[in-house]
Amino acid sequence: MSDEKRVDEATGTETVGHEWDGIEELDTPMPRWWLITLFGTILFAIGYCFAYPSIPLLHSSTAGYLGWTSHGQLDAELAADHARKAPILAAIARTPIERIADDPRLLAAAQEGGKAAFKVNCTQCHGSGAAGAKGYPNLNDDDWLWGGDIKAIHQTLEHGVRYPGDDATRMSQMPAFGRDGILKADKIDDVVSYVRFVSHQEPFNTSARRGKGIFAQNCAACHGAEAKGNRQIGAPNLTDAIWLYGGDRQTITETVTNARYGIMPAWGQRLDPVTVKMLALYVHSLGGGEKLPPADPAK
Amino acid sequence: MNVPNPLPKPPGRLFEARRKVFPRKVDGTFRRLKWAIMVATLAIYYLTPWLRWQRGAYAPDQAVLVDLAHRRFYMFSIEIWPNEFYYVVGLLLMAAVGLFLVTSAVGRAWCGYACPQTVWTDLFVHVERFIEGDRNAQLRLERAPWGVEKVARRTAKFTSWLLIAALTGGAWIFYFADAPTLARQFVTGNAPAVAYATVGVLTATTFIFGGLMREQVCIYMCPWPRIQSAMMDERSLSVTYREWRGEPRTRGLKRSQESEAPTGDCIDCEACIAVCPTGIDIREGAQIGCITCGLCIDACDQMMTRIGRPTQLIGYLTELDADHERRGELAISPIQRLFHPRTIAYFLIWAGIGCAMLFALGNRARIGVSVLQTRNPIWVRLSDGAVRNGYLIKIRNMEERPRRFAISLDGMDALLWDEQSGRGSAARRIVVTADADQVAQRQIFLATSTRGEARTSIDFTVRALDAEGGLARATSFFERPEATP
Repeated sequence: MSDEKRVDEATGTETVGHEWDGIEELDTPMPRWWLITLFGTILFAIGYCFAYPSIPLLHSSTAGYLGWTSHGQLDAELAADHARKAPILAAIARTPIERIADDPRLLAAAQEGGKAAFKVNCTQCHGSGAAGAKGYPNLNDDDWLWGGDIKAIHQTLEHGVRYPGDDATRMSQMPAFGRDGILKADKIDDVVSYVRFVSHQEPFNTSARRGKGIFAQNCAACHGAEAKGNRQIGAPNLTDAIWLYGGDRQTITETVTNARYGIMPAWGQRLDPVTVKMLALYVHSLGGGEKLPPADPAK
Repeated sequence: MNVPNPLPKPPGRLFEARRKVFPRKVDGTFRRLKWAIMVATLAIYYLTPWLRWQRGAYAPDQAVLVDLAHRRFYMFSIEIWPNEFYYVVGLLLMAAVGLFLVTSAVGRAWCGYACPQTVWTDLFVHVERFIEGDRNAQLRLERAPWGVEKVARRTAKFTSWLLIAALTGGAWIFYFADAPTLARQFVTGNAPAVAYATVGVLTATTFIFGGLMREQVCIYMCPWPRIQSAMMDERSLSVTYREWRGEPRTRGLKRSQESEAPTGDCIDCEACIAVCPTGIDIREGAQIGCITCGLCIDACDQMMTRIGRPTQLIGYLTELDADHERRGELAISPIQRLFHPRTIAYFLIWAGIGCAMLFALGNRARIGVSVLQTRNPIWVRLSDGAVRNGYLIKIRNMEERPRRFAISLDGMDALLWDEQSGRGSAARRIVVTADADQVAQRQIFLATSTRGEARTSIDFTVRALDAEGGLARATSFFERPEATP
């Protein structure tokens, strides 16, 4: 092994001086473009350190003279997005809710906005597809406790149901017939039989016959003589196929004994009016939305 | 180790530097053919976006338009939606197979005449010749020290090239937007940034490829010559030097006439080398640098005519022709040469794709429907006990006029309604109006009280409600809980 440097004949370049089995290594200098790139990146990195937050300090980092922060960038992007949406949101704000459907593009935009707001605010109880759960209504169906036209839905959303902090909230309370001693257990059993009969789940047996009278005295005031419910006070229709808490004997007994007191927040207090409007339009579009009743000519 | 080196000093470079090519002007059959093709191809490139084609009030009136923003591709009477992209694939296949066909029939004709690199290089060479003079003047100018004349001529040349390059890049963007509008926007500075960026990039590439790199693009960068070598065979045309006629060559006519020994027709005037745009010597045989442009044929014919010898010392010949001629046999006929299994196979594939596309275009549906079943929730129980499913129906109206469509249901006895009409007005069919050349979508519902399978296949039919008619179908499913009461 030779350790002598020499100049290679073919290239005119000096060798590094090592030789292994006749193989030598040329001491070719780094190409100029490569070095320029290397030094350029070093200069860029130094400049970057001054321009942007980079050096970690005890509680924060150096600020950088461009003043850039990721929060600032997010704020700017959000502001740009809000500015982009502002005209359509203003149009939704100034259009009465029952008139928005007249403009298909405005309606589509409002429904999309409502869909997004629903995912954030409503899915916790009503589910991501608005299919509800026990105690939380399915918003896709055609059964509405407080009314299913666009104005009624908007009213429910804005002021909530039995929500303590809102004077205009949807309010009603079913008596706890069993717990408060209004009805004895056997009477409750009979009235449950009757409810099971009107909802086509059981035949009209002797228990139901007894229950019919109890229903007329205790329940018909709110649920109606035909048990079809009353939307003014959110009394459910007991004859249909939809049960908020369950239509089996045990659940109905539990409901009559202890009553139910479902609460929904008044979203008018938490969200801006445009969002509430968009939410109402979205919920109305899920398939169960009803048409507004014809306007009363007397008014 | 410090033994004096007996070898001459090495060049110090391990690669061969480019030798700049200064092609000489020449006239002849193939030069004129090149002129004609250059005019035709450049005219197609620059003028196509400005052609108008009336499509009515609902579609742009530009004959060829790639409307990326609205995802439509217009080509005269044909309009293609993104879901019909296979037509573009078909065109690309035809282009590829067409290139194979041309190559196996007439060799590198694409390289020599129609390739944009060739056409623009040719254009740039002519501009260069106009400003700096022919080959000898250019060589003189190249060697001359920098002075007023050299600076002036070089500036004029580069400015002209830059102008052509900018126009080339500028023409490209007009294929992607309404040309007159974009031209106005471009000049007034109101065009989208991407338009300026595209023009910038294409100006740079045109200038560099056509002005500075030229034949190096063909020899080093382009994969096509390599692919072509695999496709050429003894029946492919290439520019051939009839060495059996030309050799032994003599330097100059005089020496040839005075020689005692037998001499060939080649007088080694090197006209073929001087005119070659890639700077090769065709007498060395077929080589990758030869783009078969035929300019050496023109140059040689000129010289042979002048010295009174038969022309076609250099000519387009196949290897088979060359063998026949060398043995003194008759050349095979052009028909025999063109029609052989490979060209016929390529032609059949090419024509097959073309016919299939034409057939498909003639029969393609202008109504499309897709149905997306609502999956969350899959089914909804209604107050009367019925089970409801929801579907998002999208109707593609690919005609350039608004149309009305009726959606109806097959495979199930149920009524349809949409979110605007409500269940009270449920009907056998729902009428939807789709804007011209747009997708209309409608969320529809259907419900049934009947028992049935958890999953029933149903078909939606979308029928156009006008004189022309037409329909499209889409299959979906109706789902209900396992135990329907």
